[in-house]
Amino acid sequence: MSVRPTEPTPPAPISAEPALEVRGVTKRFGALVVLRGIDLVLRQGEVLGLVGDNGAGKSTLVKILSGFHQQDAGDVIVGGERVRFHSVGAARAHGIETVYQDLALIPQLPVYLNLFLGHEVTKLGPLRFLDKGSMRKLSRQYLDDINVHVPSVDAEAVQLSGGQRQAVAVARSVRAATKILLLDEPLAAMGARESRLIIDLVKDLAKSGRVSIIVIDHNYAHLFELCDRINVMQGGRITIDQQVHETSLETLTELMISSYRSQLEEISSDDA
Amino acid sequence: MQSGAPTHSAVAPAAEPPGQQREAASISRRVLRLFLYQRELTPVLITVGLFAYFTIRAGSTFTDSLSLSSASGYAGPIGAIAVGEVLLLVLAEIDLSAGQVFLFAPWVEYWMHNLGVPIALSILVALAVCCGVGAINGLITVRLNVPSFVTTLAMNFVLFGLVLIYSDMTQATPIPLSASNGSPNFSSKFMGAWLWSEILWVLVITILVTVVLTRTRFGVRIIATGGNLLGAAEAGVPVRRVKVWAFVLCSFLAGLVGIVDAVKYGSLDPGNFGVDYILYAVGACVIGGTALTGGRGTVIGAFIGAILIGILEDGLTLIGVSTNDFYVWVGVVIIFAMALNAQFDRLIARSRGA
Repeated sequence: MSVRPTEPTPPAPISAEPALEVRGVTKRFGALVVLRGIDLVLRQGEVLGLVGDNGAGKSTLVKILSGFHQQDAGDVIVGGERVRFHSVGAARAHGIETVYQDLALIPQLPVYLNLFLGHEVTKLGPLRFLDKGSMRKLSRQYLDDINVHVPSVDAEAVQLSGGQRQAVAVARSVRAATKILLLDEPLAAMGARESRLIIDLVKDLAKSGRVSIIVIDHNYAHLFELCDRINVMQGGRITIDQQVHETSLETLTELMISSYRSQLEEISSDDA
Repeated sequence: MQSGAPTHSAVAPAAEPPGQQREAASISRRVLRLFLYQRELTPVLITVGLFAYFTIRAGSTFTDSLSLSSASGYAGPIGAIAVGEVLLLVLAEIDLSAGQVFLFAPWVEYWMHNLGVPIALSILVALAVCCGVGAINGLITVRLNVPSFVTTLAMNFVLFGLVLIYSDMTQATPIPLSASNGSPNFSSKFMGAWLWSEILWVLVITILVTVVLTRTRFGVRIIATGGNLLGAAEAGVPVRRVKVWAFVLCSFLAGLVGIVDAVKYGSLDPGNFGVDYILYAVGACVIGGTALTGGRGTVIGAFIGAILIGILEDGLTLIGVSTNDFYVWVGVVIIFAMALNAQFDRLIARSRGA
């Protein structure tokens, strides 16, 4: 389905260095402890799925990796370098892009400006005049390439359907990501056709090997299709780490239930 | 679209009436689109209508330069404040102190000059103080999470009090550069002593700020921040910095034209209260097509809104209607404009695609 003109897929570089490593990251909001020590490894060119109940801390983890929140303790290591992001811009400077579940489009801006938000093409040097012509042209080209259909790149985001909006939001990050792409429920509230579009978009990007990807989703069918590996988060920890080709939905479910049980036992023994 | 109908009728001549209908429909749709996206158009039409009405009613007394300069004298201060205010309204913020900054800036200049500071430097100091006031407004708003309505309301009182304290409640005159001491030279005329210089300053500012809002990265960031605060922040827009700079710009512009206005009138009255100006300015923004919901606004519209208020005030006076009626009319125009804007926003959201 995809018509993106990609050169023959290079084999994903087998590098000893993971693209991203998280060690013992904790985060609390007031009295609420959300992350209790996250250890996670994202290998080069890999697609890692992240699942877990609501409130397990998935979105918080993503927001720390994208520089929106800061961890209380623990390390984030990108390409071998220990980093601490104080802003979204800082994470972005390390090639990390994020698609959030709360949909970051600006309703009143046209599609092409939304696509380039945070990466505007400007001219006249320090005056930072917008190069609207090139942004329009590049947007049209790019959306065509990845099969995203909008009425016009000049249409305001408020005029798009929910699926079109999400597609543009994902397209923005896919375009901008140079090292790591974080997708927080990219398929939420999307129709079948649009889900397919996004999945193909991400698969294409993964195949190119230039970007490593973390996807949060609740749909296991999608995750098994998309991911190389799946991590399960429960109660602010990563409890299960499985290669997709070595596991099945049944195995994963069993593991989750037994892990859930042992957690419950832990809690009740604490109470005793 | 124009070529669509002839081709159609060439293929099937019998279908001419529907073709014409379709063309008529497409023209009306295009006119609607024009009004939807060029919000300034409605107030322009109203202004032109008012102008025509007063010209017919009052004739040359309305169109002579004395009357027009008095209309622009009403419109100038309102426009200067409204132009900066639009940026904040687009950000879904508000600056209630801009009117008081407009009055405060020439006081600072006057005090500096009395201390023996050269005029040019006094003006620069006054403008720097205005920028400082804007920065304080912005920083308190974004750092301490105080709604800008409250921050700038408080700032309004502080500045008013400072003027009362340091002026000893006495009028200041003459203002440096003003025409009261001899015939005005070029720099004096440039800075306000010429009848038309204030409104020209405001016009130039209007054009510059329009360019900033519609053609620069800063402008996109303002719209993005006002349209979807969280989304803009997640996309990497430094939303707090954008807000602080908008407050600075708004104060700077108000102060700049405030200095010009003081040169024009040649004296300063410590009893003038900035809120009188700011309410007209916000009214001008609304009349011009800026909603207070954030994400949308037009600088040219604000300027036109100010002109409309100026013409209304001058024209009603000339045709002998009491000033009390003027307030009723301003109120009616503001409500009408706001309701129209809300409907326009709904129509845009409902029209799928462009």
